Amino acid sequence: MKVGLFVPCYVDQFYPGAAIATLQLLEKLGVDVQYPSRQTCCGQPMANSGFEHLTNGCNELFIENFSGCDYIVCPSGSCVLHIKHHLHSEKNEVKAAGIRSKVYELVEFLTDVLKITNLEAKFPYKVGLHQSCHGQRGLHLSQMTELMAPAFSKPRYLLDMVSGLEIMPLDRPDECCGFGGTFCVAEEAVSVKMGKDRVADHIKNGVEYITAADLSCLMHMEGILRRQGSPLKVIHIAEILNGE
Amino acid sequence: MIAPDKDHAALANEFNKDEQRVDWHDETLWWVRQKRDNAVKKLPEWEELREAGSQIKNNVLGNLNYYLQQFETNAKANGVHVHWALDAKEHNEIVLDLLLSKGINKIVKSKSMLTEECNLNDYLLDNGVNVIDSDLGEFIVQLANEHPSHIVLPCIHKKKEEIGELFHQHLGTPSGNSDPIFLTETARQHLRETFLARKAALTGVNFAVAETGEFVVCTNEGNADMGAHLADIHIASMGIEKIIPERKHLGVFLRLLTRSATGQPITTYSSHFKKPRSGASIHIIIVDNGRSKQLGREDFRNSLKCIRCGACMNTCPVYRRSGGHSYHSAIAGPIGSILAPNLDMEKHADLPFASTLCGSCTNVCPVKIDIHDQLYKWRQVIVKNGHAPLAKNAALSVMTKILSSPVLYKVAGKLGRLTMKWVPLVVNNRFNPWYKQRELPEVPKNSFGEWYKKNRNHESKDK
Repeated sequence: MKVGLFVPCYVDQFYPGAAIATLQLLEKLGVDVQYPSRQTCCGQPMANSGFEHLTNGCNELFIENFSGCDYIVCPSGSCVLHIKHHLHSEKNEVKAAGIRSKVYELVEFLTDVLKITNLEAKFPYKVGLHQSCHGQRGLHLSQMTELMAPAFSKPRYLLDMVSGLEIMPLDRPDECCGFGGTFCVAEEAVSVKMGKDRVADHIKNGVEYITAADLSCLMHMEGILRRQGSPLKVIHIAEILNGE
Repeated sequence: MIAPDKDHAALANEFNKDEQRVDWHDETLWWVRQKRDNAVKKLPEWEELREAGSQIKNNVLGNLNYYLQQFETNAKANGVHVHWALDAKEHNEIVLDLLLSKGINKIVKSKSMLTEECNLNDYLLDNGVNVIDSDLGEFIVQLANEHPSHIVLPCIHKKKEEIGELFHQHLGTPSGNSDPIFLTETARQHLRETFLARKAALTGVNFAVAETGEFVVCTNEGNADMGAHLADIHIASMGIEKIIPERKHLGVFLRLLTRSATGQPITTYSSHFKKPRSGASIHIIIVDNGRSKQLGREDFRNSLKCIRCGACMNTCPVYRRSGGHSYHSAIAGPIGSILAPNLDMEKHADLPFASTLCGSCTNVCPVKIDIHDQLYKWRQVIVKNGHAPLAKNAALSVMTKILSSPVLYKVAGKLGRLTMKWVPLVVNNRFNPWYKQRELPEVPKNSFGEWYKKNRNHESKDK
């Protein structure tokens, strides 16, 4: 099984630790991981701003980088959702369709493809699980509170394998953090208020670390926590699952 | 309707200057969302009911011409007058003509978002007709000379103290009294006079049944009935999409509507109108006003399934923190943001961007409108039609160039990180909207790409 590691641009530039943890975790689980070095971005920032028609360059590059892999795994639900829904190619739509069907967010790759049942990881802290919207409502990593359907949570299933980790319940288990790509600067006031309210829920419920399967939400909440001088930290789920 | 010299972001920014008020607004609407959750949890068949509602509306939208004509035929057979209005202007003129022909210059009106969309109140006022809104929330916003901020809860943006003050000014209640029971009773007494004296009543239409020519109006206050039963002429305004094929389909929609709206099993009054009383008349005005255009937009036609429950507003984290007026459109929130660009794309070009695309709206929608996907699609249409701000166009073009090239990306990434590390002022300044209330990420020593090259660049397929 040849897995291509897809590291989103902002993770590459600002959160290499999460990408390293993803790589090491997959290797620990016996996966043959390759990192195509010519990768850049999935094109989501343009597309969500209404400029999907400008994403051809990113799309072709993505296809060139990842076509040869059996699976593509990425530690960011939002970018995966974008590839799954919006990656197309004028040159080779068959290859584009292939990419769309084999791209996985890390958590769902672990639970649905590798089907892991235990992990050697330790994280003795109180953790708040942030449900990133695109991972949850887009990729169905967890059940959604709006729907009348049986509860499940793939990230929770994995976190429950980590020794010493305690998941703290939240007042609003799946409200958006307000990042929203360019929304965070175009609608600064509402975006910040959403972020403040989200971290307040974690603080109120005694959380020490906020984790998620998407770094964009964590980056947003971290920006607010650091401005507030809060001791609460954010950590990508890969770093917990890869923890010794 | 409301002069939009400011866009959603600017209006939301003003709303957010009073953070306590934002908290109160958010929590009030979240409480309604929770009431909805509790109500729908009691129905094990909830998701099937949504699917049924969605499919019935698919049939309606696919055969609208047939059902509308069937409705017209049956309504006329019941002795109801049927009028067709192409747009808001025609609708308003029909209402005015009907009133003038009977020498009426005062009407009482129950909740109708369509008349808000048509700006009927101002039109009638300009033509010498006095309108009193009889829904309590609408009555309050009318006293305040404002528009509804929510389609089900029109004055949800007002605190009870502010309502007490309005009543003190306009209805002479004692200053400082904001007891909801007292204020409601005051409005009730005041409206009773209105109901008894007005010869014409206007209502909306929630559902128009094609097979029988009947229509149903849902209220919690009985104000539609009070108006319609006491007036000589009852005018009912409906959009063309309000049709349902058969009476039995009410069993689906009446169960969906109020559970989604307020968490009640059903509205207190679900009033069925069929034929006029002797000596009185009923006029139905069937209004298009852009709906057939929306029907022709394949990506957006499902927006016409909307039954106006407001659930998408209550669940929307942006709506709850920006207030209904920030949408500067008759219908606010997520559903308003996919309806309004159809009517005037340039004026409402900001609305599809007033969302994080979190998708909660789509999940609560009782007729399964893919609201957040339509928001995404409207963004593409708006940009292609040239309604994106120039600065955004320029920024996105540069971004595209960099992200389409592995070399430029690596150089720009490195330069960006070096700049943030050694000249942080370049980004940490008041002109950067991120930095105003948030810190930027700490700059790592290496990018992942650089780390990988150093640590793992063995037999991988790197070029």
